[in-house]
Amino acid sequence: MKSEHLLEVLDLKTSFYTFEGVARAVNGVSYYLDKGETLGIVGESGCGKSVTASSVMRILPEPPGKIEGGTILFDNQDLTKLSQKQMRRIRGGRIAMIFQEPMTSLNPVFTIGNQISEMFILHKGMSRREAMEASADMLDRVQIPAPKARVHEYPHQLSGGMRQRAMIAMALACEPEILIADEPTTALDVTVQAQILDIMLKLKEDTGTAIQMITHDLGVIAETSNRIVVMYAGKVVEEAGTVELFTKTLHPYTRGLLASIPLLGSRSAGTQQSLSEIKGTVPSLFEIPSGCAFRQRCKHAMKICAEREPELEQVGSGHAVRCWLHIPQEKR
Amino acid sequence: MATYIIRRLLQGIIVLLAVSTVCFVMFRYTGDPVLMLAGKYATQEEREHVRHVYGLDRPVHEQYISFLGGVLQGDFGKSYVSQIDALDMILERFPATFELASTAIMISFIFGVGLGVVVSVWPSGWLSRTIMAGSLFGISIPTFLIGILLVMFFSVYIEIFPSFGRGDTVQIGFWRTGLLTASGWQHILLPALTLSGYQLAVLIRLTRAGMRETLSEEYIKTAKAKGLSPAKVVLKHALRNVMIPVVTITGLSFGELIAFSIVTETIFQWPGMGNLLLTSIFETDQPIIVTYIMLAACIILTINILVDVLYAFLNPRIRYD
Repeated sequence: MKSEHLLEVLDLKTSFYTFEGVARAVNGVSYYLDKGETLGIVGESGCGKSVTASSVMRILPEPPGKIEGGTILFDNQDLTKLSQKQMRRIRGGRIAMIFQEPMTSLNPVFTIGNQISEMFILHKGMSRREAMEASADMLDRVQIPAPKARVHEYPHQLSGGMRQRAMIAMALACEPEILIADEPTTALDVTVQAQILDIMLKLKEDTGTAIQMITHDLGVIAETSNRIVVMYAGKVVEEAGTVELFTKTLHPYTRGLLASIPLLGSRSAGTQQSLSEIKGTVPSLFEIPSGCAFRQRCKHAMKICAEREPELEQVGSGHAVRCWLHIPQEKR
Repeated sequence: MATYIIRRLLQGIIVLLAVSTVCFVMFRYTGDPVLMLAGKYATQEEREHVRHVYGLDRPVHEQYISFLGGVLQGDFGKSYVSQIDALDMILERFPATFELASTAIMISFIFGVGLGVVVSVWPSGWLSRTIMAGSLFGISIPTFLIGILLVMFFSVYIEIFPSFGRGDTVQIGFWRTGLLTASGWQHILLPALTLSGYQLAVLIRLTRAGMRETLSEEYIKTAKAKGLSPAKVVLKHALRNVMIPVVTITGLSFGELIAFSIVTETIFQWPGMGNLLLTSIFETDQPIIVTYIMLAACIILTINILVDVLYAFLNPRIRYD
């Protein structure tokens, strides 16, 4: 199968089989990622963004998780069809991932150097000693001071920001084509967040790695991404270029997300309107409502919203939205 | 680390002092050794004579001080029965017990951790179910019963292993070892299996519990995301973390196995310290009993310190300063 994109996910469906029933965490997600670009994937907790990432990496816990359908095209092969053995060559080497919790994502009983070295030994066939030196170089590139000494330290000896840098160093060690960053700054102090994003973007420039940035923080997305995919209840509800999405927001859910960002200084300027929130909660993945999954929380819900689910409708160049409001009458 | 060890050693000395006091008091007030020493049919005068010779007629605090003085010089007195130095008697038996306990702990560690990993990696297979059911047996069946069953099967029915004794031994310096002869290995297998049974079951369950917890950690996801093989993920990244509690428990029980392998030694007539202790209890041979208890305390204290050191080595988050 051929794809003009670096990574193309088509109609991906991933479910979890639990005692309470089947949770359809990812329910027909499609998106693509081009060389060197940064794609933001936004959504509330539980919308399926992390599961999408784990599915692409094929590191879902199976069981209970299962990829039930769809294709993940990377380098003209369907990743869902690869054996775990074939997948291991891609994982880490060509598609790398960093996680939300730098506190728990590094193994506490091995040194930082040991853990970064593994990448070089595994994917580049380096000797232990060469790998250690390469690891120190990587630490230097993510601006960790005294990298030669730091490689011999354990994770608990580093601060949260340092650990996340070490994670980035590890993920980018083999210059992967894609970096999936799952909430990379959520667990960090605000001051550290900016540094981490800067380092990621700078390394991206150097290596040409494409980044898939998963977050619920629209600030981070606005800062880093070229394009944005908004997810809700396991589906893509809106997709657009960053500027377009922030200026010509269409989906009521995306509008809700934008309206819930506090505006700095608006209170003292007297222009503050009370911060709006999206009413209700994300639907349980066991009982996704019929029709549009967002209708119960939507101010604009119509009769048709409960009856049928809208398709993702192209409304402009690169801008698509899944909402009856924006689907012309004749297509309904 | 050095300061920590020194501190632990000092604490150990206090513990030993307390143990010696308890021993002394206990034996001065439970039973009269003179009855044993002088024999049942001794006259009153003979008894008084014995009492005087052994210093048992002196005031208690004097006896205690001279006892303590002796202990500090490594003199635990002579066996009432054989008139041989008590410490020498026990130390002569020490290699047998140590070899038995070491073999047992090796069996339970290797198989306990190995099978524990198997059941956590393939939790639903029939092999895992069998192992888990077996471990339940291991925990519930008393040691003496395991021993008797093993003897019944391996020594009586299929007659491949002897049921008692230590087999041929070789003297190397002060150490008499049975691990250098084929017959020694044949003899040690059944008692070692018996002794390891309970510990083996505990370690399987401990490893499994630790593995279950560790395998759901974030850093395991990281390790998988790196593209590492499942073997490397489990045996390097997960197992090293699981080893922290496992090694602690193994170390602590090793001390116990050395000190209290009495039942197993009795079943298999193993010429070790436990067997000697039991005989001495029957004969109210106080010096032997006291020496044994003191030695057991020493061994357990030493092993605890070693375990602490090993613990710091395995768990970089712990540095004892």
